[in-house]
Amino acid sequence: MTPEVEVLSLSSHPLLFLAAMLVKIGVVFGVVLFIVAYATWVERKVIGHMQTRLGPMRTFWHGLLQPIADGMKLFFKEDIVPSQADKVSYILAPMMILVPSLITVAIIPFGADLQIGNYIIPLQVAELNIGVLYILAMAGLGVYGTVLAGWSSNSKYSLIGGVRASAQMVSYELSAGLAIVAVFMLSETLSTRGIVDAQSASVLHWYVFKQPLAFCLFVVCGLAEINRTPFDMPEAESELVSGFCTEYSSMKYALFFMAEYANMIVISAIAATLFLGGWSGPTPFGAVNLLGKVFAFMFFFIWLRATFPRVRYDQLMYLGWKIFLPLALANIVITGFVVVLVN
Amino acid sequence: MELLELLFFYLVAFVAVLSGVLVVSCKSPVHSALALVNTFFCLAVFYVMLSAPFMAAIQVMVYAGAIMVLILFVIMLLNLGADAHRKYTHGVVWGAICGILTLLVTGFFVKRGSITGMQGDVTTELIQGFGHTELIGKALFTDFLLPFEITSILLLVAIVGAVILAKKEV
Repeated sequence: MTPEVEVLSLSSHPLLFLAAMLVKIGVVFGVVLFIVAYATWVERKVIGHMQTRLGPMRTFWHGLLQPIADGMKLFFKEDIVPSQADKVSYILAPMMILVPSLITVAIIPFGADLQIGNYIIPLQVAELNIGVLYILAMAGLGVYGTVLAGWSSNSKYSLIGGVRASAQMVSYELSAGLAIVAVFMLSETLSTRGIVDAQSASVLHWYVFKQPLAFCLFVVCGLAEINRTPFDMPEAESELVSGFCTEYSSMKYALFFMAEYANMIVISAIAATLFLGGWSGPTPFGAVNLLGKVFAFMFFFIWLRATFPRVRYDQLMYLGWKIFLPLALANIVITGFVVVLVN
Repeated sequence: MELLELLFFYLVAFVAVLSGVLVVSCKSPVHSALALVNTFFCLAVFYVMLSAPFMAAIQVMVYAGAIMVLILFVIMLLNLGADAHRKYTHGVVWGAICGILTLLVTGFFVKRGSITGMQGDVTTELIQGFGHTELIGKALFTDFLLPFEITSILLLVAIVGAVILAKKEV
């Protein structure tokens, strides 16, 4: 009797399932945190060289140990809670900003199915058939961290930063979500794995070629949603000191810092999965494909930071509501027509 | 597995009820709003346990992600919270009596009543085989098309109304 091959689940082989899950979670978490740490080094190096400076050079070879030194420094700094701050929200805010971005990584598929014995293990922490909606839901939760940090610090700079952040994130979330709608109209599935499979035939099947407008909208809105330059109004240091995280110090500040880079990774990974075929092309190694695309996006984001000045706040709102939102809606309507005509 | 699911249900239910109590008992409106977000989140977990992942995602997206952010925004902008330090027992007794009565009546109906409604075609197996999103989409655009369109017109009217109210000159 030969048992048939099946997808590993909690009921088919509890121990193997638990072990596989723990390994997957550990690896994904470790890789994300490693990239977070070294993204800070890459950002300083790249921007440094773009401005004909060297960037960090002192710690080890070309400053390679700089992230560890920074981490140690932040760890040993005094942790200050302002006396008039709202303590509960003040402590909760850094956690609420980091957690949604880290748990979004769970649904990014990073390779073809793995077969161990008679069980198939999908290389993805959680396979959800509502995957894309989960991304949008978690993006919605990300706002709380900034809003709470801004409000609870009881500082004017922080409050303005927090208010700006919430207005900006809520507006751009909408256009980003609508840009994604066009993608799953084509793929006819909400599962991230399904969307990658739909693009896996060849490079030409990537949705970036079928949905160039949606891709551009998503990347720009993603930038705005994670508050990166040119949309870094919430922490505009020339006018707001450091925006919503002005009052934070020590590891709480480090969490905001990590959240910014984790958000960059998440947006890059989502854009790569939805528009650039995720793990499925062009080399045969799934994780390498995905990481390559993520790194390319992150380099692009850093490059933007070195190139563009900050936009004005009213321009930002105008762009979001009067240009991106109608464009995203028009894109959905056109996609709908084309889908109906082709079928 | 059943036992695990039951334990998980009670854990989430406990958190949901606790944060529900916190919503009405917190002094600071911002804390109440946060507790309400937590309650919505627990409701989303219940939807997942009832094999309705689409509802769960929408619950988090719309209620926790959009509506509560707006509420929090308003609370922050009005800077409420400073006035809430006064002791305030007005109406607590009647509220408590109503709450307990509702609980008793609900408990009575849950224990004694039998299901009289029609059993629909949609079963858990169907949802797991076919996909929850597809089922809802199909139902919305076939059986419930008219209510769906009426709702969208209602929302459009609300948007236009908000714009007219907000603008001084139209």
